[in-house]
Amino acid sequence: MDLYILLTLVILGFSSGTIAEKIHYNSIKKRETELINIPAVTSGDFIDEEKEIENVYFLDGACVVALDYFKMFFAEIKKFFGGRIQSYETLLDRGKREAILRLKQKAREKDVDIIVNLRIETSTIGQSAGKKKGFGCVEVFTYATGIKYKK
Amino acid sequence: MIITNIPLVPGKKIVEHYGLVSGSTVRAKHIGRDIMASLKNIVGGELKGYTQLLNEARNEAIKRMVLQAEKLGANAVINVRFSTSSITQGAAELYAYGTAVKVE
Repeated sequence: MDLYILLTLVILGFSSGTIAEKIHYNSIKKRETELINIPAVTSGDFIDEEKEIENVYFLDGACVVALDYFKMFFAEIKKFFGGRIQSYETLLDRGKREAILRLKQKAREKDVDIIVNLRIETSTIGQSAGKKKGFGCVEVFTYATGIKYKK
Repeated sequence: MIITNIPLVPGKKIVEHYGLVSGSTVRAKHIGRDIMASLKNIVGGELKGYTQLLNEARNEAIKRMVLQAEKLGANAVINVRFSTSSITQGAAELYAYGTAVKVE
């Protein structure tokens, strides 16, 4: 009985999870090209001293992502052998890019010229925290300072 | 109130330092969201309920930090940092801290 439930979850996770990931990646790529003209740097000293600054903003973006059951299942198997676990890599990649895009979207709304000191933080939340068996749920949080020059 | 995560306020001169200000909040999601999240966990992807919850919580932490800075008479908080920690199952602490300063 338990095996059937597991199998159903794995199949359900595989079909919808793969489709959802593909859609998400397409959307990420599309929005990344749209927002490419806002430069984002991780350093804090990329500010043009010669230009007058009109306003300074605090920007943030967050995204909570979770693994589907299929990927979780395979990650468990992969853990046995060790090495690269690709399903976790793509999950975190998606989460990080999505969070950065949300931050950039806020920057676009505020008409920011440059984003400086971009920081990315990842933390485990939800039921997985503190438990040995992972729930596979992580939060990616990005924050930065947006600078708008006087035109 | 100006908030930055760099050790200065671009274009403005810092005239006074007030020291550390911080704000924190501990949040748990209600059971409904918990069930929805575990259902969404089957297919994977983004858990919107959690994203929203954490955004609300973080804004609350920032608000508390800003309030503390205002009490000191500051008009900007620089070098803001965040930290998130899970204290028990299903609850997270969000902490924001920075340096309160006065700019001209």
